[in-house]
Amino acid sequence: MPTHPEKVYFFGTCLIDLCYPQAGMAGIALLQREGIQVVYPQAQSCCGQPAYNSGFPEEAKKVARQQLKAFPKDYPIIVPSGSCGGMLKHHYPQLFAGEPEAAEAQRFASRVFELTEFLVKMLDVKLEDRGQPIKVTWHSTCSALREMRVIEYSKSLLRQLKNVELIELQRERECCGFGGSFSVKQADISSAMVADKVADIEQTGASMVLSGDCGCLMNIGGALRHRNIPIPAQHVAEFLLERTQ
Amino acid sequence: MTEAVVDFPKNFKEALNDNQLRRNLRAAMDTMGQRRRNLFADLDALERLRARGDAIRWRALRQLPDLLEQLEKKCTENGIQVHWAETPAEANQICLGIIQRHHASRIIKGKSMVSEEMHLNHFLDEQGIEALETDLGEYIIQLDHETPSHIIVPAIHKNRDQIARLFHEKIPNAPYTEVVEELNAIARKVLREKFFAGEVGVSGVNFAVAETGTLCLVENEGNGRMCTTAPPVHIAVMGLEKVVERLEDVPPLLRLLTGSATGQLITTYFNMITSPRQPGEKDGPQEVHLVLLDNGRTKIWADPELRQTLKCIRCGACMNHCPVYTRLGGHAYGYVYPGPIGSMLTPQLEGLDHAGAMAGASTFCGACEEVCPVKIPITTVLRRLRTESYRKTDAPNAVKGHGYKRTLAESLTWQGWALSNATPWLNALNAKLLGLAGPHLSKLPQVGLLKHWGQSRALPPFAAKSLHVLAKEKGIADE
Repeated sequence: MPTHPEKVYFFGTCLIDLCYPQAGMAGIALLQREGIQVVYPQAQSCCGQPAYNSGFPEEAKKVARQQLKAFPKDYPIIVPSGSCGGMLKHHYPQLFAGEPEAAEAQRFASRVFELTEFLVKMLDVKLEDRGQPIKVTWHSTCSALREMRVIEYSKSLLRQLKNVELIELQRERECCGFGGSFSVKQADISSAMVADKVADIEQTGASMVLSGDCGCLMNIGGALRHRNIPIPAQHVAEFLLERTQ
Repeated sequence: MTEAVVDFPKNFKEALNDNQLRRNLRAAMDTMGQRRRNLFADLDALERLRARGDAIRWRALRQLPDLLEQLEKKCTENGIQVHWAETPAEANQICLGIIQRHHASRIIKGKSMVSEEMHLNHFLDEQGIEALETDLGEYIIQLDHETPSHIIVPAIHKNRDQIARLFHEKIPNAPYTEVVEELNAIARKVLREKFFAGEVGVSGVNFAVAETGTLCLVENEGNGRMCTTAPPVHIAVMGLEKVVERLEDVPPLLRLLTGSATGQLITTYFNMITSPRQPGEKDGPQEVHLVLLDNGRTKIWADPELRQTLKCIRCGACMNHCPVYTRLGGHAYGYVYPGPIGSMLTPQLEGLDHAGAMAGASTFCGACEEVCPVKIPITTVLRRLRTESYRKTDAPNAVKGHGYKRTLAESLTWQGWALSNATPWLNALNAKLLGLAGPHLSKLPQVGLLKHWGQSRALPPFAAKSLHVLAKEKGIADE
């Protein structure tokens, strides 16, 4: 795979598709700015993780097959999410083990990159900060941290921005309590976890919280808004684009 | 032995509302985690050690039936009497038989989670036999008629003040003190007297070495050594997965166990028991018994994926790092083994229909897997248990109680979801409808998912135009 490919696929994720399309468009714009042609297959949908983690692997497989079909060419697949990226990269090979699609799923998985990982590792992106001085904090999402292992890429991009001061959370590595269906099936535990995350964010004094996963952002941002705390929760792609335009 | 059905939602709610418990747990888990990180500061060395631990446990499990036979043979040669128990009830009967043969009315116990799994104390109590816990943490909770809330530090849910009050109230003539050394001295005085009165000693086993027939016991207080040497009879109870092949397998596992559990390079005491008192020896019990408990482990072993559960060396690191356990504590789980290891093991032992909800008490954050000293893929096993909860099957490896959660409504929901996400035009329609509905969600009756989500969070901001639509409008290539 060339380090600076001509074309890439963009896998938008269902959550970005439905709730945070501006984060997806920002991811696409960041790639295009580096001279990359971005292909967004309209036949794509969800990675299948909601069913996979809820105990419905057959339904997950059905949806995953659709993604295998929607991304047939040999382009890198860029995902603005550690969680969906982890599903595509690490769980598809398991999901299709012993199935006719096993080899295809392996090849598919090998082409998957998380967005910030790709920007840093493959494109060596240089960012110029055009924004006002700001203090932000960062939530390391579990899949980005432990499955995709891309947190250092995300944070290195933030550190390139000279007017952005990154204040770390006391418990940056602790789960926010989202966990997909966990957030509604175990709503009490989930609420307790996100309450602690919100308190941690507040004590930093940052005016924004950033992250690379819209599930966690929906949870954290939703909890902040529920409490009328005026700290927006934003996807890192959107933030990077806004600061550098 | 059956347990009452656990009301998980009620337990969870109560635990979450107990601010004292939340504070105690947070402080304790932070300390345990920090100690572990301090000890395993060299992460590359830790990775090598974990890989070794994983390999040792796999090798042992791969040949489990042979190793158990070898263990029995070696132990028997060494003079240790080996007993097999398929169920906790059988294990209890075996223990009772030994105790009664010696006309004992009082036993002393070192810490053992398998004895908790057997509910041995309760069983013996019904037979009029007093079982005294001698591990400090176990002694504390026994005083308060509680069960362990953690597999390594059973009284971790209590803070010093609570223990101070408990001692003052429950131990005759104990003065009120919050000084840790004084509290220790009070317990020590009580326990010392009991050690001499104990007629049978019961302990657990951390590792059993098949090659030599050696029972290894890890502890910090010396009470374990007292229990296994002071009384004339020693009964060791052990889950049958705890066997390892060779003596040389023990040092890396011991390092992993103590480092992961309490951040210790080694514990204060490490006992290796290979026989009862030999002629000419001045101490040690006259009889040593090993009770090997199956309780469903053979069935777990038969499935290559679930077998990984049995790699566990019971260090408790998964609990110390679990964001769910940290907020609930062990009692809320309602069964003997809490936290990630409990959520993996308990539904397999007790049946999904009883304890399947435990597999749901995880965000799959993976913090447990990251620290597991033998690299158990905990989320993979939990995911499998969630799948089995819905699976109706005749497969011989299906987990007990499988399919208990299956409802037509949930099956149809996921089938509809799959159809929509595998059919581009349906997916587009769905996105459009959600976009239209989005601004009005808050006006709907807040029940079901909306209620659960909305109890602490603003509702999802469904966008008027999906990314599919925006990408198309911007002319992003679709090929």
